[in-house]
Amino acid sequence: MSGFFVLATILLIYVVIFQIAKASEYVGVLKGEEVMRKQSNRINGFLLISFLVLGLVGVWYTNHLYAGKTLFAQGSASVEGERVDSMFMWTLAITGAVFFITQILLFWFAFKYQEKDGKKAVHFAHSNKLEAIWTAVPAIFMTILVVIGLRNWFHFTKEAPADAVVVEITGKQFNWIYRYPGKDKVLGKTYFKNISDKNNNPLGQIWEDKANYDDIIESSEMHIPVGVPCKLVINSRDVVHDVGLNHFRMKMDAVPGIPTTLWFTPKFTTRQMREKLNDPEFQYEISCDQMCGPGHFSMRGVIVVDEPTEYKIWLATKKPNYWTAFPEKDPTKQPPAAVDSTAKKTAEVKAADMKIVKK
Amino acid sequence: MSNEAVLHAPAGLVHEEHHGHHHHHESFITKYIFSQDHKMISKQFLFTGIVWAILGGLMSVLFRLQLGYPNETFPILEDLLGKWAKGGKIQPEFYYALVTMHGTVLVFFVLTAGLSGTFSNLLIPLQCGARDMASPFLNMLSYWFFFAASIVMISSFFIETGAASGGWTSYPPLSAIGDFSEGSKAGMDCWLISMALFIVSSLLGGLNYIATILNMRTKGLSMTKLPLTIWAFFFTAVLGVLSFPVLLSGAILLLFDRHLGTSFYLSDVFVSKTQTALPNEGGSAILYQHLFWFLGHPEVYIILLPAMGMASEIISTNSRKPIFGYMAMVGSLFAICILAFLVWAHHMFVTGLNPFLGAAFVLLTLLIAVPSAIKVFNWLTTLWKGNIRFTPAMLFAIGFVSLFISGGLTGIYLGNSALDYQLHDTYFVVAHFHIVMGVASMFGMFAGIYHWYPKMYGRYLNNTLGYIHFWVTICGAYLIFWPMHYQGLAGAPRRYYDISNWHFLKGFDGLNQFISTVALIVFATQILFVFNYFFSMFRGRKLKNPNPWGSNTLEWTTPINPGHGNWPGEIPEVHRWAYDYSKDGREYIPQTEPIGAGESGHH
Ligand code: HEM
Ligand SMILES: [Cu+2]
Ligand SMILES: [Cu+2]
Repeated sequence: MSGFFVLATILLIYVVIFQIAKASEYVGVLKGEEVMRKQSNRINGFLLISFLVLGLVGVWYTNHLYAGKTLFAQGSASVEGERVDSMFMWTLAITGAVFFITQILLFWFAFKYQEKDGKKAVHFAHSNKLEAIWTAVPAIFMTILVVIGLRNWFHFTKEAPADAVVVEITGKQFNWIYRYPGKDKVLGKTYFKNISDKNNNPLGQIWEDKANYDDIIESSEMHIPVGVPCKLVINSRDVVHDVGLNHFRMKMDAVPGIPTTLWFTPKFTTRQMREKLNDPEFQYEISCDQMCGPGHFSMRGVIVVDEPTEYKIWLATKKPNYWTAFPEKDPTKQPPAAVDSTAKKTAEVKAADMKIVKK
Repeated sequence: MSNEAVLHAPAGLVHEEHHGHHHHHESFITKYIFSQDHKMISKQFLFTGIVWAILGGLMSVLFRLQLGYPNETFPILEDLLGKWAKGGKIQPEFYYALVTMHGTVLVFFVLTAGLSGTFSNLLIPLQCGARDMASPFLNMLSYWFFFAASIVMISSFFIETGAASGGWTSYPPLSAIGDFSEGSKAGMDCWLISMALFIVSSLLGGLNYIATILNMRTKGLSMTKLPLTIWAFFFTAVLGVLSFPVLLSGAILLLFDRHLGTSFYLSDVFVSKTQTALPNEGGSAILYQHLFWFLGHPEVYIILLPAMGMASEIISTNSRKPIFGYMAMVGSLFAICILAFLVWAHHMFVTGLNPFLGAAFVLLTLLIAVPSAIKVFNWLTTLWKGNIRFTPAMLFAIGFVSLFISGGLTGIYLGNSALDYQLHDTYFVVAHFHIVMGVASMFGMFAGIYHWYPKMYGRYLNNTLGYIHFWVTICGAYLIFWPMHYQGLAGAPRRYYDISNWHFLKGFDGLNQFISTVALIVFATQILFVFNYFFSMFRGRKLKNPNPWGSNTLEWTTPINPGHGNWPGEIPEVHRWAYDYSKDGREYIPQTEPIGAGESGHH
């Protein structure tokens, strides 16, 4: 019923607007086209200048409402990100000035030079001097921005510092898998055809490569130490994803078959950020920023930035994935041989079951 | 008036009788359906474009409903859409299909076919002084390929697994493997086939436009006397002809990867759902992105240049002033056209692109700001000391300039790779491209429709409705897209169905509701425009003066309702450029008028 009401109201509004429009056209025919045109010219001239004024107020008001909610209000959470922030402000200053100047001129000219009786337009077709000015001035400002931008760009994309903590992050529909290189500081080789979730090999680690023996795999959170450069090696298991690190001001695609990297130096631990923002639920969230399927919007990861000692302790509690994949190799368990073989049997039976179900 | 001279010249009338082929017997089918008259084909493009614009707009209303009211249910949606809106809530699969189709349809079907197809077809022969296109038959085929593409695209909505849903960019591997998303099944094939048909349409049209402009200009109409509209259509066609084939190859390779087991784009792909590793190795997902954006970036100028050309023409005519810096305007169009081919990788700064290559693309991208700035300043100077008439077309042209400035400036942020490092694929991008490409070009298109409607139908659109349409739309456009910049700066990623699970995106619920409400109002206003369009076709105020805007260009020298062949008599000869407004005390001097003895020098 209410739906019907809404529909009827909308229809009514359409009809009323249409009748007014029709009527004003008849009035126009009666009054004469010239008179009508001049009248609407004045109205629209006035509306244009009002639009400018209200628009400028609107720009201010939007900024007033939402500037505080942007990430810039918090400041960058990474050392490198500070460059993004300052570059943003430079760009904002330049483009902001151009924005206000040109928009004001546009609407003001339109208002000021609206058609008036007895007035004639000037015939002014070109001026080399003016055109040279407004070719050169933008070119100069663009050069400034390019120089600032490229210096930062080469800084961001250069090889990560040698002391960086390395973490591998792999995207899959619709979550992230993190891998730490372990004591040897080398990420073992992987091959996608070895991937098997049920055999506890979600990244396809090649077990012939000994570098894999101490690699740690995590799927809930990524922990990294504060104040130390952190290098991410980024991979994907299926489609293109993107590691979006909003607070650190960075992002990088995860492309299957083509690893990418990104590095940054976190400035604040998660705990410090919670205090700083007075937000006890704050987390560094990883957003997937590249369309990756129907669950794209839910592909959330979390980075916990710890004090270096906390980080060491956390890492020490983790077991290499090798042990999960091959429990018999886990020195902390050392189960009796008999139990071991039963466990293996169960696993085999389970695998067989899976196959039947699949068929 | 010179056009009257043409009209009433007795020789011309006699001529008409003899040249019977201009009025050969036409059946309903040859006149309205398989027409080879450029004016009818242009209307066919516009009709189809309008239908697509309504559908594309409706899609945005639907997904804005989800974004604005993520926790509410609308049972009526389930009645209408069935499983796609189970429980009255738009499902993620369907949301992504809507977003994908919205983007595809508006970019390609509305603002490429609907814009270039309509106005290049209408104006190139009329403003160049030609009886028709170089090849009317290919021109007809161009429309029918577009029509076929439309049918294929529409039908994908009725497939059980739904329409393509990987975004209008359709990046593989997502778009290559059906197991990754329902929309990557048959819907994706429809998308690719439809795009292939569309590209053929676009090429047939573009080649025709180029051939006509280069070869069929009337006597005296040298390239430097062309109106800026024609220059813009020319560069648009060049862009399309050189870049669309690359997308075609990209689409075909994707079809191969999907069905023939090739590995152009695929390597190292594991499907979790079936726990199988695909056999493909050695391909590169990034290759597709290069092929896509080699068209994709020129595409945004294919959309924008016609709007720029029409805005230039309309601003000059209604300011009663010559366009300022004609040669600079042509030169900047040329510069934009060249640069448009050299910046595609600015869409790929965060794909792991070689940083040195990235740097080259930063430089070239920001270079585009220079010709763009020249254009803006020249438009402003054209207004300066004019005697401006605010026809609805003029208002839309002014709105176009305003939006082009607002949206163009944010491109400077995104083109600078180090800033794009943060802003890429956030709502900042959505705001940027909607303002500069989406809405600005829509404004150019509206300006064109209001300005040339009298030429198309011999009637005016209703002015009052036109003014309402303009004011609601420009206010709405800014209210919708301006605040989106802030969402983007807060990190909100684009293509998110629901942001309520993200802690860092809290605090935008009210804004999202507001935007959705405004979008609904703006959409309703566009319906008003469509109504005005069709109503005025039959009942609009009739044109009495064949040159209603006091314009210099050739299209206004034809009769009010020109037949096939455009001019009943000889094609008029051109003696001057198109912008002699307010010269030597005369308000306007049509291009057909010979240079007078005492006339002051040419521009
Ligand atoms: C009432 C007018 C419009 C509204 C409210 C609107 C709204 C939106 C929104 C909110 C998105 C992002 C959805 C998401 O990321 O989840 C979007 C995407 C898009 N829109 Fe619009 N839009 C409008 C008109 C247009 C026009 C005129 C164009 C023409 C170029 C356009 C082209 C696109 C494109 C290319 C995308 C990207 C699609 C994708 O991500 O694959 N839109 N639109
Ligand atoms: Cu993802
Ligand atoms: Cu681009």
